[in-house]
Amino acid sequence: MSRRYFVPLVYIIFLMLPIYWLLNMSFKTTNEILSGFTPYPRIFTLDSYRIILTDPTWYMAYVHSLAYVAINTVLSVTVALPAAYAFSRYRFLGDKHLFFWLLSNRMAPAAVFVLPFVQLYSSVGLFDTYLAVAFAHTLFNIPLAVWILEGFMSGVPKELDGTAYVDGHSFPSFFTRIFIPTISSGIGVAAFFCFMFSWVEMLLAKNLTSVAAKPIVAAMTKTSSASGYELGLLAAAGVLTLVPGAIVIYFVRNYIAKGFSLGRV
Amino acid sequence: MSKAVNNRAWLLVLPVFIIVAFNAIIPLMTVVNYSVQETFGNNEFFWSGTRWFEELLHDQQFYASLGRQIVFTGLVLAIQVPLGLAIALCMPPKGPWVSVCLVLMSLPLLVPWNVVGSMWNIMALPDIGLLGKGLNALGISYNYTRQPISAWFTVVLMDVWHWTSLVVLLCYAGLTSIPDAYYQAAKVDGARPWAVFRFIQLPKLKHVLTIAILLRFMDSFMIYTEVIVLTGGGPGSTTKFLSVDLVQKALGGFDLGPAAAFSIVYFLIILLFSWLFYTLIMPNEAQS
Repeated sequence: MSRRYFVPLVYIIFLMLPIYWLLNMSFKTTNEILSGFTPYPRIFTLDSYRIILTDPTWYMAYVHSLAYVAINTVLSVTVALPAAYAFSRYRFLGDKHLFFWLLSNRMAPAAVFVLPFVQLYSSVGLFDTYLAVAFAHTLFNIPLAVWILEGFMSGVPKELDGTAYVDGHSFPSFFTRIFIPTISSGIGVAAFFCFMFSWVEMLLAKNLTSVAAKPIVAAMTKTSSASGYELGLLAAAGVLTLVPGAIVIYFVRNYIAKGFSLGRV
Repeated sequence: MSKAVNNRAWLLVLPVFIIVAFNAIIPLMTVVNYSVQETFGNNEFFWSGTRWFEELLHDQQFYASLGRQIVFTGLVLAIQVPLGLAIALCMPPKGPWVSVCLVLMSLPLLVPWNVVGSMWNIMALPDIGLLGKGLNALGISYNYTRQPISAWFTVVLMDVWHWTSLVVLLCYAGLTSIPDAYYQAAKVDGARPWAVFRFIQLPKLKHVLTIAILLRFMDSFMIYTEVIVLTGGGPGSTTKFLSVDLVQKALGGFDLGPAAAFSIVYFLIILLFSWLFYTLIMPNEAQS
């Protein structure tokens, strides 16, 4: 074992420390948390988790979050696929400008869009629904999905398209039966990124919802301030938000290295 | 690869165009609209020209937030990019542990941003947090809700925790795509590690590093949730970055006009920096 492997090892330990502390807090009783510093729970309790998993305002918040993240991911990747194909295969009027305009939306701070979004989605009657958050998140997820998929598609030789047409495939048949399976790893990576950025975003998700579609990120901020900062509960809710991310990472673990090159390296 | 000219490709782009236009153009026009008008409530608006922009450009508070934002983004880039690159260079090129390392490293990226804030909040509490208690036990006076230096230290450390992995993963992806033949050639020439890095790895990493710096620049310049949960912009307003300032104005004070002018200037600054960086890097890339 080479000595330089120390560096990633130390880095990973650094990454795990706050997660360990969060877990530690989530298994403590409120009394123990308030009584002082303890490196591990003296009295191990699952009370915080029990509260979250039995109270509908808590566990439904997870369902709401997963609902809009799923809608957003499916929607973003579905519309980005044909667009990315167009950008990778054809030149057309205004293509470069369009591409940069799309990417420029990735640079727009969510803080700029909060207020207009609330007004816009209220006026079309979508306020406090999953759809409002799912649509709002497409602002940065569609450009990202187009960018990633375009990279992967440009790595597929054009001869594939030509051969398929010679074999008598129509465009829709070629696209769904041949092309999509060919770039399936790219689709996986794009979906991973859409999931990631929709799952972690709070500002828009919180302000576009009130009760019916309240996401977990908003539930956490409200409960923590209302009930006098219950750290154990907050920590347990935080631990539970790590679970979907960890599951998604597990599924894409073999694509992570390639995916982060966005197909372009 | 030459591309065929085909204007019917617009049909394929149309769904994306419609959704993004709905989401981007209507809200942006709303903001532009507010930025040149004055309101006294009741949905009555009056033309006010460039008044809000002039006020903003003479607003000391705005410059203070902008200054803090630039220092923060500068610090974040100066730490995360070299650190991420160094970690990627130290990673083994292949093996069973690589996958484990990558999975563990990507974990922070999938933590909701408010949870990142809460996590570091709990971690940094001076009396019961691991970091807070630890630093105080070492004899370093540390209290992130009272001391500006502690607050800044915590916010920067939190961002390093949160985002360095992105740089590591991008660089690692770039490194693994360098063909073995390059390294063999270097070995035959008797190149030292530094020369391998300078003349083989760094040029090959230029593209991913550009992406990493751009993404880190944009996202750190927009940081909101983590800071609001951790410090709320305090103590005082020492960690009040641009987004924190803007949300306070827009949602807290309902000063639509000034907030809208702020929004536009903010967005333009990010676009300008990104464009400058992109055009400065890209000509060099075309040569290599």
